[in-house]
Amino acid sequence: MSAPERGFNFGLASLLLAVPLIAAYMGEPYYLTLATRIAILSIAAVGLNFALGLGGLVSFGHAAYFGLGGYAAGILANHALKGQAILDWPFELGGTTFMPTIWLVAVFAAGLAAFLIGLLSLRTTGVYFIMITLAFAQMLYYFAVSWPAYGGEDGLPVYVRNSFPGLNTLDPVQFFLISYAVLLIALALFSLLRNSNFGVALRASRQNPGRVASLGIEVFRLRLAAFVLSGAITGLAGALYADLNRFVSPQMLSWHMSGEIMVFIILGGAGRLFGPVAGAVLYIILEQSLGEVSDYWQIFLGLLLLCVVLYARGGLIGAVLDRRLG
Amino acid sequence: MEPALDCFICRNSTAGQPQSAALAVAAPQGGLSISHNVFPNVRISAMLAVERHFSARLLSQLNGIGDMKKIALVLATITGLAFPAIAAANSLKVGMITTLSGGGASLGIDVRDGFMLAVMQANDPGIEVVVDDDQRKPDIAVQIADKMIQSDKVDVLTGIIWSNLALAVVPSAVQQGKFYLSPNAGPSALAGELCHENYFNVAWQNDNLHEAAGAYANSAGYSNSYLVAPNYPAGIDALNGYKRFFEGEIANSHYTKLGQDDYAAELAVIRASGADSVFFFLPGGMGIAFLKQYAQSGIDIPLLGPAFSFDQGILQAVGDAALGVINTSQWSKDLDNEANAAFVEAFQAEYGRLPSLYASQGYDTANLLISAMAKAEVSDADAFRAALREAEFDSVRGSFAFDTNQHPVQDIYVREVVREGEVLTNRIVGLAMEDRSNAYVGDCSM
Amino acid sequence: MSAILFAEQILNGLQLGVMLFLMAAGLTLVFGVMGLINLAHGSLYMIGAFACAGVATATGSFWLGLLSGLAAAAAAGAIVEITVIRRLYRRDHLDQVLATFALILVFSEGTRWIFGSFPLYLNPPELLLGTVVLPGGIEYPKFRLAIIVAGLAVAAGLFWLIGRTTLGIRIRAGECDREMIAALGVNIGILYTLVFALGAGLAGLAGAMVGSIQSVQVGMGEPVLILAFVVIVIGGIGSVEGAFVASILVGLADTLGRFLFPVLFGAFMDASSATSIGSALASMLIYLLMAVVLVFRPRGLFGNVGA
Repeated sequence: MSAPERGFNFGLASLLLAVPLIAAYMGEPYYLTLATRIAILSIAAVGLNFALGLGGLVSFGHAAYFGLGGYAAGILANHALKGQAILDWPFELGGTTFMPTIWLVAVFAAGLAAFLIGLLSLRTTGVYFIMITLAFAQMLYYFAVSWPAYGGEDGLPVYVRNSFPGLNTLDPVQFFLISYAVLLIALALFSLLRNSNFGVALRASRQNPGRVASLGIEVFRLRLAAFVLSGAITGLAGALYADLNRFVSPQMLSWHMSGEIMVFIILGGAGRLFGPVAGAVLYIILEQSLGEVSDYWQIFLGLLLLCVVLYARGGLIGAVLDRRLG
Repeated sequence: MEPALDCFICRNSTAGQPQSAALAVAAPQGGLSISHNVFPNVRISAMLAVERHFSARLLSQLNGIGDMKKIALVLATITGLAFPAIAAANSLKVGMITTLSGGGASLGIDVRDGFMLAVMQANDPGIEVVVDDDQRKPDIAVQIADKMIQSDKVDVLTGIIWSNLALAVVPSAVQQGKFYLSPNAGPSALAGELCHENYFNVAWQNDNLHEAAGAYANSAGYSNSYLVAPNYPAGIDALNGYKRFFEGEIANSHYTKLGQDDYAAELAVIRASGADSVFFFLPGGMGIAFLKQYAQSGIDIPLLGPAFSFDQGILQAVGDAALGVINTSQWSKDLDNEANAAFVEAFQAEYGRLPSLYASQGYDTANLLISAMAKAEVSDADAFRAALREAEFDSVRGSFAFDTNQHPVQDIYVREVVREGEVLTNRIVGLAMEDRSNAYVGDCSM
Repeated sequence: MSAILFAEQILNGLQLGVMLFLMAAGLTLVFGVMGLINLAHGSLYMIGAFACAGVATATGSFWLGLLSGLAAAAAAGAIVEITVIRRLYRRDHLDQVLATFALILVFSEGTRWIFGSFPLYLNPPELLLGTVVLPGGIEYPKFRLAIIVAGLAVAAGLFWLIGRTTLGIRIRAGECDREMIAALGVNIGILYTLVFALGAGLAGLAGAMVGSIQSVQVGMGEPVLILAFVVIVIGGIGSVEGAFVASILVGLADTLGRFLFPVLFGAFMDASSATSIGSALASMLIYLLMAVVLVFRPRGLFGNVGA
């Protein structure tokens, strides 16, 4: 990573931390909610970046893991509040509102789903891979819409925010800080992994799978591992998102969501450490400010995105750094 | 309208400060020409209001051509010195979260326009309304609610069209001490176990119109109904509502995929079913597609459904396929009462189109609020709540009262689709249920 | 369940399949020849429906509307190809996804801006209203029958175009080796614009026909887009034959699944859960089909080019 990029990343991370806290201090707590949203969606996109940025695996179905994480949080909290067990058999399993437990369950559920889906999907490549991941996400979406036990299309409310030891999660500042910390951890993990043997092999497999295989590394298992990790982190973001909205709905599993997570990465710069964060910040700010201008703001959003693709290759970070380097 | 797919990514909202871009509109009000430097703390939106006297008609045109997104309708928050008499009036800030873009936009636009019409007519300087687009997405609706509560500091929320969005927003909003008045959605959970003293439904409980259809089917002598609804909670509730009152046999309860628009397979089965009546609940585009295909299929079993598929907004898109179809509604354009006649006339004059069911609900919601505002200050929550419960306003539906779970007790009518000149519309042909409340009163602890 | 009902459902499946083929043909050609993933294909379908509804209402003639739908979509396709799409051919799929997704936003909200938020009115022509009785006593809507016939005719025309004409030879050559045919003096830019406009026109035609039995509204293209993607992936991307077979397969699977699953589950569970579980599974069926096909044939049924 170049020095200017490191500087950009540091600046972005500081801004994302400082601006909402200052705004909250000035009596504008809404910016805190907005920043929390940005942080959580960034985590989801960082998750996808493990598969997409490092492994070149263009998954159009990451909403599946985002939604599964959300539903894990929603279902556990819902059972805990109603005092009903989730399972009576083969062992008794109750709900919980304890955040770390919920996170574990969300990560495990999303990781397991990514493992199963990856096992089948990774046999394909290119556009086929894009479409088969979409197909699995759509299956989960339709299942969630029509399965009545947890609200179906209506979704599942989480009436109380789940708890974290030593913190008051209902306080927007503290909840923002939790989300922000998780984002930093996810980014650190990405950075570590990218430069590890695993990351190097993964990046090499993206460019030349044959050569990696000839080194005795099994490309399929490499990709599967990246895919599972990717799904698990996106699942964690889903659990946080459920807590932010105090609500889970099939919308989290829809292909719009998959598309949106992907757009964050492309917008910011695919494969870059802070690409997903820059993309999420830019997208949400655009959406917020354009909405003020016109009922038909999406036309302008579309045109802006087009300009980014056509004229700012390498996404926002690429555009900013290239200009700075002249 | 396909909830899942009607627009790919589109989320919006508006974090913005009201000051930044809000267009403020002052209703034409006698002598509201105050120079703004007199009021240092008046918001910019209000100053704009003073400077630019848009008429409401211009507002709707602007809105129609999409120049303005956000309307802070400020009926002069600026009162104070110039109008001491008015200054004594109660003030109220309303946040309206509704669907203004994408496939379901027509419903939200109607609710908003109906609501705004009543606000303009009231000509009360104390009311301020902030409107925002939820894009029919639960997470966006929650986000806007947070913004309106935290940033705009609204007292009352309203506007949501869809049950799933209402379920996402309402419980936490009312827990935070805000009032919520529903102009459209009435999911059973909010009528029963989740009922709350600050939640008022001014439209109907979701099951109501379907129950009325079942009751009508009995009186029409039907003995074997085929039922169709999308496979999602509101669809299941709809068919249960119909079955609650229908005494005949059910040929089949057919659940279709949500957002489906081809019903060839279903129609073939209906044709072969031997039923003597078909009840369907398919909101939005699904209903348009179903009605057209039903008419083309040559099936001659009578159809009936709730008013949603026969609403003024979509009737023209269905065309003659809807002619003569029986539907149930708590409101109709030709409902014979003074308030309704005035509403229909004013709505047409203001917006240049016939009002819809949704517009009537938005209008009633605003009038209920205004009636409560006249009696109590919203900061005195108990008094304001009591004022809302009394529901002393001239409803366009005629009689209107709240049951203990704060859902309406009202008459539900049978309407028939007719052609009036060029336009398709509905006329009342009977009464399906009198003073109908809802099935969930007992589940509510209030 | 009678044989007549079953036969009618087969016809319904066929009609859905033929419609899907009109959408999928353009998508698969554009991918095969230019290597482009076009998410905005559904918007061209929507443009066809809106143009048809607008012109049919203004002139009173459905046929003029149908023609305008096709022409408007083809024109929109050509314009978009020239202004945006041709810059994307050499980009990776990610850029293509983002750019064509941006086009969806522009098209959808642009249409809403021009035509308003309320659905438009569009009905089949008088001539094709009502039903006909087919051999065997099947009573079937005329318009659906007309769609089957028209769709099959277009499919035959397309196969002829690709298999027997110079343009077709160039298209197929373009799939194999674009540098070579450019070197042979074929204007590759014009060829690409033509192929894109052809695909767009077919989508517009499909939109206009389907709009008259469904609803003409903003966003109508997206569910169909996903289905069309499922079709071309099952068929093998770039293969028009594959798209045809897969369209019919998906059309039949979807229709019969909706029809048979609830009955099937009714055999061993109570009626209400059978209908709700049956229809839930039916809505997942085509995705399941696609996943199964890809697991066993990672390049689709007829896939040997592209991807």
